[in-house]
Amino acid sequence: MNKPSVLAIGVCCMALLWGAAAMAREKAADNYRTYCVQCHGLKGDGKGINIRDMSVQPRDHTDAKEMSARSDADIYKVIKEGGVAINKSVLMPPWSDVFSDEEIKDLVLYLRELCKCSYGK
Amino acid sequence: MMRIKNAGAALALGLFAVTAWADGEAILKSQCGACHNLTGPAPTTLQALWDRKGPDLFYAGNKYQAAWLEQWLQKPVRIRPAGMFYAAHVKPGPKGDEVDASTLVPHPALSAADAKAVTAALMTRKAGSELIKAGAYTPGAISRSSGEMMFDKFKGCLACHEIEPGYGGLSGPEVYTAGRRLREDYLVSYLRNPQAWDPKIFMPNKHLSDTDIQKFINYFRLLSEEGAP
Repeated sequence: MNKPSVLAIGVCCMALLWGAAAMAREKAADNYRTYCVQCHGLKGDGKGINIRDMSVQPRDHTDAKEMSARSDADIYKVIKEGGVAINKSVLMPPWSDVFSDEEIKDLVLYLRELCKCSYGK
Repeated sequence: MMRIKNAGAALALGLFAVTAWADGEAILKSQCGACHNLTGPAPTTLQALWDRKGPDLFYAGNKYQAAWLEQWLQKPVRIRPAGMFYAAHVKPGPKGDEVDASTLVPHPALSAADAKAVTAALMTRKAGSELIKAGAYTPGAISRSSGEMMFDKFKGCLACHEIEPGYGGLSGPEVYTAGRRLREDYLVSYLRNPQAWDPKIFMPNKHLSDTDIQKFINYFRLLSEEGAP
């Protein structure tokens, strides 16, 4: 491997490390409070401050019946890519530019705590 | 003789601008720094985001329209219905969450002279210039119904932003004044990638096309014209 290639890889590694250091993995409850509560509400019951004029109401994350109908993969996908990705409302935006994949996995687990449910039960 | 007069006028104007800037800097540092970040960087942790009391001003010169800013500083009105970080100003209510107005702090009003001086000082704060392409926005027309259709049905932005007082979401800033408030080339950059300006902001990147971004700014300008006194 020539010197410029080694240098380029080094610079990339530094950039990745810097990015990781600059944006540490946040706790799921804190991410939920910051990004999800605006629509899904302080209690996660779908009654956030933004719902007044929404044409489609946000999911009630405490509703075990509704939430157990969604697989973890679907929940992961909807957080990352938005409602349209699973044929749901455009009002649910994609959060891929805010959350890391790990943070989304943590959020899926957090939602399972809120609904006290799992896929199919 | 005329040249000397012109040179004198230019010098006086320059001195006035420098004096206004110096006065504005002094006001910014003594009165504004407690709530506004004047030097950067933007929050990179949630805690820093939660602690932010007012908009970051270290790129104010790229973000705001000077005429609007000078006017607003003299008669400040709330732009974000639920404050800077909405979750700090929300309480549970009988029908769902409500904005807890008792926790919102009004912005102090400045005298005309101070507003002019502060605006001059803020306009020199231009962090993030590398994110902005001058002339990125090309003025165009859009009907109100088309703009609203895009903003609400197609892109879902109405969820968080009001398009008129009392209609729309409350966690984000109102957009019906954005056309007067924000510089168009900044809007192009911000709408393309909000996290490039503010990494932890709770506005998602909707991955808008360049055409959609232009249409949105046309729409904001239309709303601002309609709402102008």
